[in-house]
Amino acid sequence: MAAEGHGPTASEYIQHHLEHFTTRTQSGIADFSLSDPVLKLDSLFWSILLGVIGCFLLWRVAKSVTSGVPGRMQAAIEFLVEMVDTQARGIVHNEQSRKAVAPLALTAFVWIFLMNAMDLLPLDLIPNLWAAVYGAAGHDPHHAYMRVVPTADLSTTLALSVTVLLACLYYNIKIKGLGGWVKELFSAPFHGHGAMAIVLAPINFLMQMIEFVAKTVSHGMRLFGNMFAGELVFMLIALMGAVGFGSLGGVALWIGHVLAGSAWAIFHILIITLQAFIFMMLTLVYVGQAHDAH
Amino acid sequence: MENILGLVALACGVIIGLGAIGACIGIGLMGGKYLEASARQPELMNELQTKMFLLAGLIDAAFLIGVGIAMLFAFANPFVIAG
Repeated sequence: MAAEGHGPTASEYIQHHLEHFTTRTQSGIADFSLSDPVLKLDSLFWSILLGVIGCFLLWRVAKSVTSGVPGRMQAAIEFLVEMVDTQARGIVHNEQSRKAVAPLALTAFVWIFLMNAMDLLPLDLIPNLWAAVYGAAGHDPHHAYMRVVPTADLSTTLALSVTVLLACLYYNIKIKGLGGWVKELFSAPFHGHGAMAIVLAPINFLMQMIEFVAKTVSHGMRLFGNMFAGELVFMLIALMGAVGFGSLGGVALWIGHVLAGSAWAIFHILIITLQAFIFMMLTLVYVGQAHDAH
Repeated sequence: MENILGLVALACGVIIGLGAIGACIGIGLMGGKYLEASARQPELMNELQTKMFLLAGLIDAAFLIGVGIAMLFAFANPFVIAG
């Protein structure tokens, strides 16, 4: 740790910003224990709060909806809902399923967009406030960790994609029947007759399992990779500003930090919207695939 | 220890570099096809643009996953014993 009276070094600054506020320290790269789980309280708190805010916003607009001339908020929400509905109609060809899947896609889009947008806040704002609160509560403020972007946490994004996987499994069993789906697991993508069918069955099963795992993992990791890399670039830009602010000759660095920060933040606005849109589209595509026979 | 740090630094460079080659060539090919299609049938331009952005995200996916992993090794290296 930094010596008393000295600020953190560059890598200490970054590592401090990358630590999660966990219930206990995690040993090893993955910890699946259920009896004593490693809960990332910061990701949980921000994701739940943003979900509640998103739901509340949409509910408020839906409650005061008029068929006359709409207000700006209603027009914006209508545009969003119509966009998701158009995509859902094109991809999921089952009216009954669409009643549940289109709201699922809308939820994914709005919630992920809000969670991604936390990345646009100034980097040290909430962590410094949290350190003040933590210190006032009697703990050591040097160990006050807070990550405010829930989607830059692999646990959150994989949880979202596993939810989509569960929806796919549900629709597979609902549309094809449990027996029909199990038969498809062993007979697709390679069809055979008689003895060939038995030979191909384990190969088909392996391919289906790989397909499910690859789709789910890539679905979650794509969002994580984009958000984590974006957040890390923001941290490096903030580091440039911190170094520039601390020395007389570093004014150029500080000006560079403002310019680089603005440019990256503007680019990031596109990225957060795009990643939320891609997650929504892939949700629709994967659930739509559960409706088709292979 | 220095050996591990040096090798990890090289590894991060290779991950990001090779990923960037693939992603950029992919986006270039796709963008070229989109421009060709827009020139042939301008009325399809808006519809194709939505699909193009979706595809751009998919093409970038593996590269950005690699960047995420490389950044993890650069800044929070699990091979380095913290102390």
